[in-house]
Order: sequence, then structure tokens, then C-alpha cells
Amino acid sequence: MDDLYRDEILEHYRNPHNFGILEEPTTAKEGANPLCGDRITLMLGISDDGTVQDVAFTGRGCAISQASASMLTDEIKGKSLDEIAHLGRQDVLDNLGIEISPARMKCAMLSLETLREAVKDRVAWQAEDEG
Amino acid sequence: MAIVRLLDPVALRADFEIYERDFRGRRLAYLDSAATSLKPRVVAQAMAGYLNRYSANVHRGIYEIGEEATAAYEAARARIAAFIGAADPHEIVMVRNATEAINLVAYAWGRKNIRQADTIVLTEMEHHSNLIPWQLLAQEKDADLEFVPFDDEGRLLQDSYEVLLRTEPKLVAFTAVSNGMGTINPTVDMIRRAHEAGALVLVDAAQAVPHEPVNVQQLGCDFLVFSGHKMLGPPGSGALWARREILEEMPPFMGGGEMIREVKLRHSTFNEVPYRFEAGTPDVSAAIGLGAAIDYLNEIGMERVRAHEKELVDYALAVLPERVPTIRIHGPMTSADRAGIVTFNLADAHPHDVATLLDREAVAVRAGHHCTMPLHQRLGEEASARASFHIYTDHEDIDRLAEALNKVERLFARPA
Repeated sequence: MDDLYRDEILEHYRNPHNFGILEEPTTAKEGANPLCGDRITLMLGISDDGTVQDVAFTGRGCAISQASASMLTDEIKGKSLDEIAHLGRQDVLDNLGIEISPARMKCAMLSLETLREAVKDRVAWQAEDEG
Repeated sequence: MAIVRLLDPVALRADFEIYERDFRGRRLAYLDSAATSLKPRVVAQAMAGYLNRYSANVHRGIYEIGEEATAAYEAARARIAAFIGAADPHEIVMVRNATEAINLVAYAWGRKNIRQADTIVLTEMEHHSNLIPWQLLAQEKDADLEFVPFDDEGRLLQDSYEVLLRTEPKLVAFTAVSNGMGTINPTVDMIRRAHEAGALVLVDAAQAVPHEPVNVQQLGCDFLVFSGHKMLGPPGSGALWARREILEEMPPFMGGGEMIREVKLRHSTFNEVPYRFEAGTPDVSAAIGLGAAIDYLNEIGMERVRAHEKELVDYALAVLPERVPTIRIHGPMTSADRAGIVTFNLADAHPHDVATLLDREAVAVRAGHHCTMPLHQRLGEEASARASFHIYTDHEDIDRLAEALNKVERLFARPA
């Protein structure tokens, strides 16, 4: 059993990176897996040129969902929205680096799905602003 | 009281082909029987017999295999009726599962009898299948739902129930055994008091009929529902039992073939009970499979099934806290009012991680909310893990559970 959850995942779970809140996020999004009870709230501080300058999340749930969020927030910090738009499921799986069974895929992807929703809002908001 | 000889789970495993499979070098420790039980070979054999040798439709064919199929299907109905002590096989409506049975009652009985401002009393520990159908009905009729709360050990608060009964509810619907915590509710007493208050009573027996003797006449309820797949039978089998005079007054559920008497283009008359509620070709093989499962259980004896599981609960409640220091067990801590269900959380590991890691040890438990979200809100847990038993469960399964949980605990333990 010890080989399944490598130390890095447990470390991210116990001490998640970027865990907390942004006081004035440009965008914030809550995501949940109602079937599992996993939930996260992702907050992004996006600069005028479309770079993610600050990122934070809060949440509770299983080690997979929370470690995945911790790793993803590390990954997107300093990236442009264009770059983030290219992040896919394989990137999340590569970060985790462990075998994820089909039943646990929703846990692993919760942070990415929430990020996509958050960025979608931001893009929509920009479009409205331009209109 | 007569002494009940304990059954031998290891010997019974020979009847279950799944124990011939290899799971990472070991036999499966299956601890999710509250979700669905394993099935003995005789069940699949009975179903294959129908599918291979006399797979005619029921109640239609005027030829040999049609009559064989009808006889086998009706024999299954009679076995189900006898198994729960029903006076008359015509009080058994064959359905796919307990969920369908409750929806049938909510639709056919409920829409006719529940009116605006009427009250339906449920409990806070109901499976979603005994909650959502009543929510839908209450929304449609502008009726009220009230809920009996439970205490910190998962026992329904009988004083609160008494207060709710003063609202003169039309229906009380509750589970005989909590699938979330294993609580065995005081069903007979709750039924009697509901009747004194003038309510009809529906008992969700999905976790009771598979594990203990159930007799609808001794219970005195008005409706009782259960699923076949939790009692060694196949998915797609289950039953609604209701008192005949209530069924007689109920309008149809689904329309179609079989449920009619005479059909004109613009109106029809309906068949007698229970056929009025069995539109379309039923799952004949599932019904026959359930009949075989009932024969199998009868041979063991339901008193022995209950005695076996009670002993397993005693063992689990003793060894789990001892060997797994951070475990929190939910529900009653006495086997007298606890069925073979042990629901728990570990201090530092989420139930999903627990289940994933246990799977590596070929220990199968359920993780999540077990279709009881309000129950988990009351417990203050997002989710929980659940180990549940049946005739093939033994101490070794619980030992393996404890050992694996202890490993998970150490893996997740925060550095001192």
C-alpha cells in the first residue's frame, strides 16, 4: 500500500502549498464533487496583462483532490491565461505521478475543472468589459 | 429462547465463485454487502436455466415453455411472500429494487391520498431512495415533510417522534435498519404508535430483509420494500409488499401491457393486483434468481444469519478501536441494535483514500455518503467509510480490515 501514495502527495496533503485566501481575487471559483464531498475554492489574482500573479485555494477532501490542487496552484503561478488554457488532464496526472483509478479520476481533476471554470469566468468578464 | 447454532462462513464460501478469484495474491475480503451482496452459484444457475431452457414471456404463452416461465415467475412471487410472512402472494408487487417500490407507492398511493398541507413523517437517517420520492410528492402536492432526528449514537429520538405524530401525519416512512450507521430501529413500536396517530406506515426493509427474519404480519406495517441484490439475489429483483386492501384502492403506476383488463382507444380498465402494477415484460430471470436466493437463505435460516452478523459486530466493535487508535465509529456501540454495518472515519485520512488504500490489500469497503447526505450532515462528516457483512464474512475479514486501516493510519499520521 505504501507505494501508492508517494511521500510527495502526502506532503502536499498535509502541508498544501498556496493554501489560504486572497483578499481581493480577480476571480474566485468553488468546485465540488457532490458524490465524494471533496470541495475546493480557487482564487486567482490576474494582472492586466493576463498573468496569474497570485493564487490561493481552500478546501477539504481526500489526499488526491487536495494534493492535486496544491500542485496545480504551484504550476499556474506566474503563467499567462493563454498558457493555462493549454493545461490538460495529463498535466495533472503527471504532477501526481501515481496510478489514478477511474473511480478516483474526479478527485484528481477537481482542481483543474475548477480552474477552467474560473478562467472561463475571467474571459467572459473581459469580453463584457470590452463590449 | 432456543440456541441458534452459528453458521460457518468459510464453508459457505465454497458456494460463491468469487472466492476462487485471486486478488493480488489473496482472496477478496468483501466488506460492502450493504451496497450489494455477493451471489451464490445457485442464483446464476437458476437464471441461466430460465434464459437457456424456457425463456418465454410470462402470463402470455399458451405453450409449454410459456407455462413453465409463468409458473417459475409466480413461484418466485410465492417464495418472496412466504419469506416475509405475507398472507397472500398477491400482496407482492415485483419491482426492480426498493427504490422503484417506494416510487411506486409515492406515485400511485401518494398522488391519490396526499393533499395540500398533509404531513409525511420521515427520519434524518433515510437513504435518498426513501427521501427524494417524498420530496417530489410534497412539492407537487404542497405537502409537508417532517423528520425524526437521531442522537449521537445514531438512535432515533422517540420523544421527537411522539411530537411529530401529534401533527396527525398521513404517512410515516422510515428505514428498519440504517444503511448509514447500522442502527436497528424499534420498528414494531414505531409502527404501532404511527397507527395510533392515524398514519399509514411504509418500512424500508432494504437492510433488514437480507439479514434478519422479517414478518410483515408481526410488524403490522402497511407497506414494506426491499431489493433482491442485497440478499444474495440478482440486481433487477425486488418487491413491494402492501396490504391487499390498500393495493386494491391504488391506481396504476406505469401503463402498458399486462396491467390492463380491457383496452379501448380512449380508455381502459385495469388488471387485478398485483398485475395492475407490473406493466410490461418483467425481469423474469431476476425474479427467478431471487427465488433461488431465498431458497438458499431459508436453508441457512435467517435467525442464524442475524446471529452470525451480530457476533461479527461484537467482534468489530471490540477490535477496531483497539487496533486502529484514530478510528471514530458512528452509530450504536451495542450489537443488540446494530446490524452488520460499521461506519467510521479515521482522524487523518479521508474515506476515499482509505478505500483506495484498502483496495490494495484486497479489502473492499464503501467510501462516500452511502446515499445518505442528510445523515452525514448530521454526523458532521463530508463522507465516511463503511464495512458491512453477510454470511460469508468472518473474523479474518475484520482482522484484515483492522490491519489495513492501521497501515493507512500510520501512512497518514502527521509527523510528531
